Amino acid sequence: MIKELFYFLIFPGMIFSVVVGGVLSWSDRKITARVQFRKGPPFLQPFYDLGKLFYKETILPRHGARLTFLAAPVFALFSATLANVFILLPSVFPGSGFSGDLIVVFYLLTIPSLTYLLGALASGNPLGALGASREMKLIISYELAFILALTAIVIKSGMSLSISDIIAAQQEGGVFAGSLSGVLLFVVILFVTQAKLALVPFDMSEAETEIAHGVFIEYSGSAYALIKMARYVMLFALPALMVTLLLGGFGMEGISILWSVLKLVLIILLITLIRNTNPRLRIDQAMKFFFLWMNLLAVAAIVLSLINI
Amino acid sequence: MGLGSYCFKKSLWVFHFGGASCNNCDIEILDCLTPRYDIERFGMQLVGTIRHADVLLVSGSINRKCRDRLLELYNQAPKPLLVVAFGACGCTGGIFAEGNTFAGPVDKIIPVDAYIPGCPPKPEAILAGIVKLLNK
Ligand code: SF4
Repeated sequence: MIKELFYFLIFPGMIFSVVVGGVLSWSDRKITARVQFRKGPPFLQPFYDLGKLFYKETILPRHGARLTFLAAPVFALFSATLANVFILLPSVFPGSGFSGDLIVVFYLLTIPSLTYLLGALASGNPLGALGASREMKLIISYELAFILALTAIVIKSGMSLSISDIIAAQQEGGVFAGSLSGVLLFVVILFVTQAKLALVPFDMSEAETEIAHGVFIEYSGSAYALIKMARYVMLFALPALMVTLLLGGFGMEGISILWSVLKLVLIILLITLIRNTNPRLRIDQAMKFFFLWMNLLAVAAIVLSLINI
Repeated sequence: MGLGSYCFKKSLWVFHFGGASCNNCDIEILDCLTPRYDIERFGMQLVGTIRHADVLLVSGSINRKCRDRLLELYNQAPKPLLVVAFGACGCTGGIFAEGNTFAGPVDKIIPVDAYIPGCPPKPEAILAGIVKLLNK
């Protein structure tokens, strides 16, 4: 019991993931600034933001479901952290995890988006409802591509549903991203990650210039700080999932720690560059993109991995 | 100074309220986001909703229509909140001060923490105002 609590709250759970996610979010903002020839925020900026948000007043909506409004960020943070624990544990302690934890991670990674949506609807704000409807459509469009990509990975690992077996399969037969189907899967999961993190070009649910932060419009103070923390954790969890499933997982001894950090930074760099070189899509364009192109790529990857390419 | 207020000064999120502005001030505010001035160095960001705001930046003259909206925005904002009156219009009314719809200046409606004069203020003046606000 004590051990599980330690895993969940400290390492690799809440505190560790929020700190790493904060650093990743800083690097995201810093890279953005460098792309635009600016100087960018100081290193501790994400943590200043969090401290400030906890210091500020939290305002509840007068017309709305207050309990749901306040519970949504808590659930977002807890499920994102839990997903991150399940993703990281097999890398930190080889052989841990259980059969089927890939499916559990898949569901846990969906919950933060769902809770944002519920919180926005509970706030009773019309722009929030608009953001929520876009978020809902976005979830519908990327989840199918995501589960197809995970299916392809399961096939490549020899029909195993456990993350530690997937890592073991890559240690024996080379990383999955080295094959043709692996490259296709990398592209699919990269775009799904982009959509799950609600970064440009898929940020239409919070479009701050258009519907004023959409789903987060009514959140202030501590509740928004919890949302920020959940988003930092997601910014760590999704690239970590990509590293685990496609790039051979994190090594934890000696020089391989450096490799693990480099893999993570590479994915963050890709995400940030996509976000800086694209305009925001409309929701129908995003749905078309996922339903047509990403599903096509994922199905192609499934076929290729069935014949071992 | 507590940790909370230290973080507060390091991460001011700005909500921009444009009253009956002639639009020149608004353009100068956007200038501060450009590579040459880059206020993100100080942790500042422009946000789209008053619920996330720490600074309410009021530019342009306040007429009878804007006054109620400005008051409502002020009441909707989570405290602590800093209010900055921006430009000659925000500080005193500027060239609109004698107009028959004029209902300002800003400090008659809500308490103001800093004034940035100029018509429009140069980005350097804005940065100087920010530094004064941070040292307050
Ligand atoms: S202060 Fe000058 S530039 Fe700014 S809104 Fe007023 S008239 Fe326009």
